[in-house]
Amino acid sequence: MNTGYIHSTETFGSVDGPGVRFIIFMQGCAMRCRYCHNADTWKLKAGKAMTADELLDKAERYRSYWGEDGGITVSGGEPLLQLDFVTELFKKAKKRGINTCLDTAGQPFARGEPFFSKFNELLKYTDLLLVDIKHIDDNEHRALTGHGNQNILDMLRFLSDIKKPVWIRHVLVPGITDNDEYLRRTRGFIDSLQNVERVEILPYHSLGAYKWAALGLDYTLENTQPPTADRVKNAEMILNNKE
Amino acid sequence: MRVCIPEDVIGSAWRGFSGRKWKEDINVREFIQNNYTMYDGDESFLAGPTDATDKLWGRLQELQKEERARGGVLECETEIVSSLTSYGPGYIDESMKELEQIVGLQTDKPLKRAFMPYGGIKMAEQAAETYGYKVNPQLHKIFSDYHKTHNQAVFDAYTPEMRRARHSHVITGLPDTYGRGRIVGDYRRVALYGLDYLIKMKEKDLFYCGGRNMSEEHIRLREEIAEQIRALKGMKEMAKIYGYDISAPAKNAKEAVQWLYFGYLAAIKTQNGAAMSVGRISTFLDIYINRDLEEGTLTESQAQELIDHLVLKFRMVKFARIPSYNELFSGDPVWVTLEMAGIGMDGRHMVTKNDFRFLHTLENMGPSPEPNLTVLWSPRLPETFKKYAAKISVNTSSIQYENDCVMRPVWGDDYSICCCVSATQTGKEIQFFGARANLAKCLIFALNGGVEITTMEQIGPEIQPITSEYLDYDEVMHKFNAMMSWLVELYVNTLNLIHYMHDKYYYEAAEMALIDTYTRRTFATGIAGFSHVVDSLCAIKYAKVKTIRNDKGLIVDYEIEGDFPRYGNDDERADEIAIWLLKAFMKKVREHHTYRNSEPTTSILTITSNVVYGKATGATPDGRKAGAPFAPGANPAYGAEKNGLLASLNSVAKLPYEFALDGISNTQTISPDALGHTDEERVDNLWHILDGYFLKGAHHLNVNVFGVDKLKDCMEHPEKPEYANFTIRVSGYAVKFIDLTREQQLDVIARSEHKFL
Repeated sequence: MNTGYIHSTETFGSVDGPGVRFIIFMQGCAMRCRYCHNADTWKLKAGKAMTADELLDKAERYRSYWGEDGGITVSGGEPLLQLDFVTELFKKAKKRGINTCLDTAGQPFARGEPFFSKFNELLKYTDLLLVDIKHIDDNEHRALTGHGNQNILDMLRFLSDIKKPVWIRHVLVPGITDNDEYLRRTRGFIDSLQNVERVEILPYHSLGAYKWAALGLDYTLENTQPPTADRVKNAEMILNNKE
Repeated sequence: MRVCIPEDVIGSAWRGFSGRKWKEDINVREFIQNNYTMYDGDESFLAGPTDATDKLWGRLQELQKEERARGGVLECETEIVSSLTSYGPGYIDESMKELEQIVGLQTDKPLKRAFMPYGGIKMAEQAAETYGYKVNPQLHKIFSDYHKTHNQAVFDAYTPEMRRARHSHVITGLPDTYGRGRIVGDYRRVALYGLDYLIKMKEKDLFYCGGRNMSEEHIRLREEIAEQIRALKGMKEMAKIYGYDISAPAKNAKEAVQWLYFGYLAAIKTQNGAAMSVGRISTFLDIYINRDLEEGTLTESQAQELIDHLVLKFRMVKFARIPSYNELFSGDPVWVTLEMAGIGMDGRHMVTKNDFRFLHTLENMGPSPEPNLTVLWSPRLPETFKKYAAKISVNTSSIQYENDCVMRPVWGDDYSICCCVSATQTGKEIQFFGARANLAKCLIFALNGGVEITTMEQIGPEIQPITSEYLDYDEVMHKFNAMMSWLVELYVNTLNLIHYMHDKYYYEAAEMALIDTYTRRTFATGIAGFSHVVDSLCAIKYAKVKTIRNDKGLIVDYEIEGDFPRYGNDDERADEIAIWLLKAFMKKVREHHTYRNSEPTTSILTITSNVVYGKATGATPDGRKAGAPFAPGANPAYGAEKNGLLASLNSVAKLPYEFALDGISNTQTISPDALGHTDEERVDNLWHILDGYFLKGAHHLNVNVFGVDKLKDCMEHPEKPEYANFTIRVSGYAVKFIDLTREQQLDVIARSEHKFL
């Protein structure tokens, strides 16, 4: 029986996928987003080792709250770094009749093997993907996260080709992503996809800054304030083509 | 002796109504089941407020503002003892009285508080004096020298041990200085049958009562029935003052609402009970409204106006209270509890258009703590109604939810909520309200050999105190069990005495007149400090708890070494102790004789008294500091919940309702952002939470949807107009936030702050 490295679980998730959801936060992420509010999940081999069945037993204690839309969401960290485990988890979840949702930034995605086949296997048991576009501009993406975005956008195109339902999420950070030109470019890219059911703006917040300090890291957005309600509205209008 | 309704009544007032049993005997439930119309649609049929409603509500808000400016009371009666007929007619505003569809005030003026000395003359005088009024000395003489009050009688009979326990707050909130409340007359009977029939039926009961066997019990009952008949006749007189003859059944919706309200008005003119519920009236009234709508004699706008104006009256119910009462039950609550929805015994849901109308009053006239609107929830209610209720919750935080699926098997499908959360069969049952035992203090007594640490008084039995440096779980459990046995016996005996005297000196004749003569009685005890005892026992069992003693060698504080499971995390280790505690307490209650063959029950419900009880209680081994507030009701302790909202709900849902038939109250505050991105999502997520929680077998949930920032701003700027009616749910009722004491406001903020962001 495989175990996964689990950072934590949350019994009441209401903003990570449809309906009321049990959220599983996985360890491990290769990106170093400057605004990351879960910096304590970066390390892969950390947290608690749990089997898929242990997690699902725990999740099912909350099944009565899920109704027809809810279920589980695997978030992180970057869940694709534990691809085999998440696949086993979702496979077992589907056997139990549980709706599955994958919250990913797509950084590990590649068309090469063995990743690509494994990824396709995971998609068989995934009802919905929440995909973060950190930045539409490759250079800015690199500056923000330490990685380029080409393979991430490629993953979205692939998901579009196979018509896998996706919700796009975009963190709005003043001075970094909150820029009408970038937002319109993001919108342009989204328009090229066939599978996007929803686009969500996540306003930047600094609630995770203390974790950086606890890890002995420098938080470089100390002087960045959350976006104003007007800017959030503006971004929502642009990304949802309501300009 | 046969009592019949005249033929012409059947042809007029009861036109179009079907069913048989309810026509041959008093049986409102049968009437409802045979005649109500299920509604599966959405809220689009609802009508907005009429001009009259806007004007009257506007005037009432002015009066409420004035009341607040005067320190919480607009005016106190000092000359007249409240009775059914002691006042002439009163209106919200004399110049607008023709606008009031439903009439009747407790006194001659709106928001004026009546003088009600029968619970206790000292308290009645003190209440008036607190707000600068001096009661006529002649009344003092009458109720001290010539007429005994309930309070006097109780203190005549209290044993020294009872006085000590009361004084130390190990049993507390006892109804020995005010009306016990929680008795719900079946006010619907006034509308359905008219008073002449009700009087004749009681006369029949009196005729047959005790004739062959004049025992003490029968003598008392005969006297009580006679009192009831007098009250019914008084009700007729009271209605006449407002120009209505209620001797015959109501003939249309307007009369039905008015007749019913007169029944309720009779109760609040004669009793100042802590809780004065109006009961399950929504579905009943819908039948009348529906008939008028079908006959074309009423429009939807007029129907909504009737309900709005009835609710206006419920928003005006007031009693004069003493400061110590206000500390217990903050914000001037009266628990005009009113139920809607639920499922019938035959499986049909009982949602009617009127349930929407009552909820809609919170939109037509804004949020309000009263009436205490209660949705009897079942996952099988129509989704349209669930969504509308959830929407109103998200927008107003003014309603509470109770699980019909656990209550229906026990109380049937015509129960009312007689206080905050306690079910009672309408018209067939009364409840003896019993406040609560402070189990956290009981635990401290167990550790310290029954000595009260603050005063060094011996309150409990002199058992051997614990002398070890570290607390041993088995030893603590042994002593706690013994101390709880002592406490429960004393508590039950104290309640027996109080209710004997209440029946004798402050009998609820008007309410009892609308309840079956041979009634079921429950005896409601209660638990305070629940989660702190559970967590304390967990700390002792799973961590190391070191005692800190004062110079007398008594334990005054604790140091906890290591981590321990806590109630509120869906952790079996803690939750099984919670279940044990409830069952152990209830089993001990059952061992004792309870007054008038009543059936003992218990509740885990503290109202806002969690603050006062905590203040009077020393540090507890869970790390709670001396004097810190308790968690309210069955809520987990502050800061204990580490696994999210649903884990917390699951812990509370594990408590078996069958052992706490008086109710298990849970209050949760969810910030709007945590509930969903959009209003639509928030509504959907909320009703799914309710479905999930109640499917787990939970009993009750107060739902608040707002952020801490709003609370803080409201505390600092109560004068802002948007806060005038800002209502929040606290344990067991709703309250305007600005009416809480600052201490309680801080408590609510502290509880909301660590919550699920």
